[in-house]
Amino acid sequence: MQAAEVRARGLGPLGACAAAAFLLVAVVTGVLVGPIGLGIGPVLESAAAKLQLPGVASPLSATEEAILWEIRVPRVALAALVGGMLALAGATYQGVFRNPLADPYLLGVAAGAGLGATVAIAYLPEGLRGQRLLPVAAFVGGAVAVVLTYAVGRSARRERDAATLVLAGVTVAAFFTALQTFVQQQNSETLQQVYTWILGNIPSTGWSDVWLVLPYVVVATVVILALRRVVDVLHLGEDEAASLGVNVRRVRLALVVAATLGTAAAVSVAGLIGFVGIIVPHAIRLLTGVGYRALLPLSLVCGAGFLVLADVIARTALSPAEIPLGVVTAFFGAPFFALVLRSTRVGP
Amino acid sequence: MIELRDVTVRLGGRPVVDRVTATVGRGEWVALIGPNGAGKTTLLRAVARLVPFTGSIALEGRSTGTLRRTELARLLAVVPQEPSTPPWMTVGEYVLLGRTPHLGALAKESGRDREAAARALDRLDLLDYRERRLGTLSGGEKQRVVVARALAQEARIVLLDEPTASLDIGHQQQALELLDVLRAESELTLVAAMHDLTLAAQYAGRMLLLERGRIAADGSPREVVTEDALSRYYEAAVDVIPVDGRIAVVPRRAASSNT
Repeated sequence: MQAAEVRARGLGPLGACAAAAFLLVAVVTGVLVGPIGLGIGPVLESAAAKLQLPGVASPLSATEEAILWEIRVPRVALAALVGGMLALAGATYQGVFRNPLADPYLLGVAAGAGLGATVAIAYLPEGLRGQRLLPVAAFVGGAVAVVLTYAVGRSARRERDAATLVLAGVTVAAFFTALQTFVQQQNSETLQQVYTWILGNIPSTGWSDVWLVLPYVVVATVVILALRRVVDVLHLGEDEAASLGVNVRRVRLALVVAATLGTAAAVSVAGLIGFVGIIVPHAIRLLTGVGYRALLPLSLVCGAGFLVLADVIARTALSPAEIPLGVVTAFFGAPFFALVLRSTRVGP
Repeated sequence: MIELRDVTVRLGGRPVVDRVTATVGRGEWVALIGPNGAGKTTLLRAVARLVPFTGSIALEGRSTGTLRRTELARLLAVVPQEPSTPPWMTVGEYVLLGRTPHLGALAKESGRDREAAARALDRLDLLDYRERRLGTLSGGEKQRVVVARALAQEARIVLLDEPTASLDIGHQQQALELLDVLRAESELTLVAAMHDLTLAAQYAGRMLLLERGRIAADGSPREVVTEDALSRYYEAAVDVIPVDGRIAVVPRRAASSNT
């Protein structure tokens, strides 16, 4: 019997290496490129000195050291966490809701986080507002919106399928967006700040935001990747997944909660960066034609690399001004995706 | 063995399946027939616990209500009427999904699972198709792949909802012939909702005729498929003609019936 030959295409060595190489190139670029040039040699030596390798001293000045380790590296790390999380969450939503257009903001997390951020900017005193409370307010807003979406979906007196949940998400998002617009209009002096937040950016706030987001991203990633085979089963639809022994409601809840929590954390520090959650999974799907068990880890790694590169462009193209990250992701992502769409045949 | 006792399914307040009591023995092939809307699909869904019902349904002596989803899926496989076949999935990947009830939610397929999938593919002559994408298959090939997934599940009971609905007459025969061979070899119990009475009568050992959610007739094909029953329950004008020990259901046109 040719048993071993029936296989599911998992994360093959080729795909894994290509994705890892892409992320590596992105990270190196992100660390090296900036208003102050740091050569790759000195950076490596500085890293070796940080690791306390014997006989290596950093050739960088104290200022350069600070730029490297307190600004560049944490910013790259944050961009990678946010981008990876958004792409992973987008791919998860697309599988769970069987909807190729699902993005991580589907269940109202964006509208809720937007309201939270706007309220924080408009009503909190200047001193508190800044870096500390804005992410918390955005996170709480996003979480409240999604819990509300679930409550509305559950109260529906019809079959509680994925479509009901999506409709509930649309409803809640519309309501929160209305509230957010109202608060914003009442406090029009905050308009620019709110707008900047909504278009997304990776803050240069050192390591604090990285530590804020990291636990959520780790937990979400572990849960989603552990369930990645089941996402392929869910993609067959609720009845078929159930008749294959999957507890659909429980698995879907676990996946959606994980993806949403991670998204809310990412949004709370980086704002509403569009496009990553839809475009990265679809580009991978079109290029490789793989199922969710490979798509999910690839989305995580490539999403991370994509956003690191986008952030390099955002902070250098019009330096010293920064372009909103959401503008960069769409400006470069859309033509790239059009190209992928044009040149591939396989896929969803 | 499947035992149904007083099974009622209400959809929108209306009983779609109404106090059905029936027993299907191990290794039987039972065709579920009846006009559109008689409740065939709903009854199959109740047995697979995909709709809420009252009454009791037991498989191999165990009430389905007490089983976990995975346990249920190891006893019973479903071939839906319109299965979802993602075009990017390979045949091998799709058939491996049939191993889901044998895996924990977090586990990966083992060598044993791949062997079971390979056996199922081999039985349906699909081993060479394992790297093909579902999107490149014909309707008949897809149907076989779906049956292979059900076989890979290694459940003793297989429910089929209109297994031949999308096939031409040659492929209908091949599919049913194959199911019959599998039933004999693997001691499968088959319950299939079917519309084509002539075909159903040739393969099924027993027929259950549903009408407005109730069992109107239960017996051998010859006993159930009669001109009288078809006129009463289907409002169909037909001749039921014996042909070499089989029966053929031949529609009769109203206009030409007097000539």
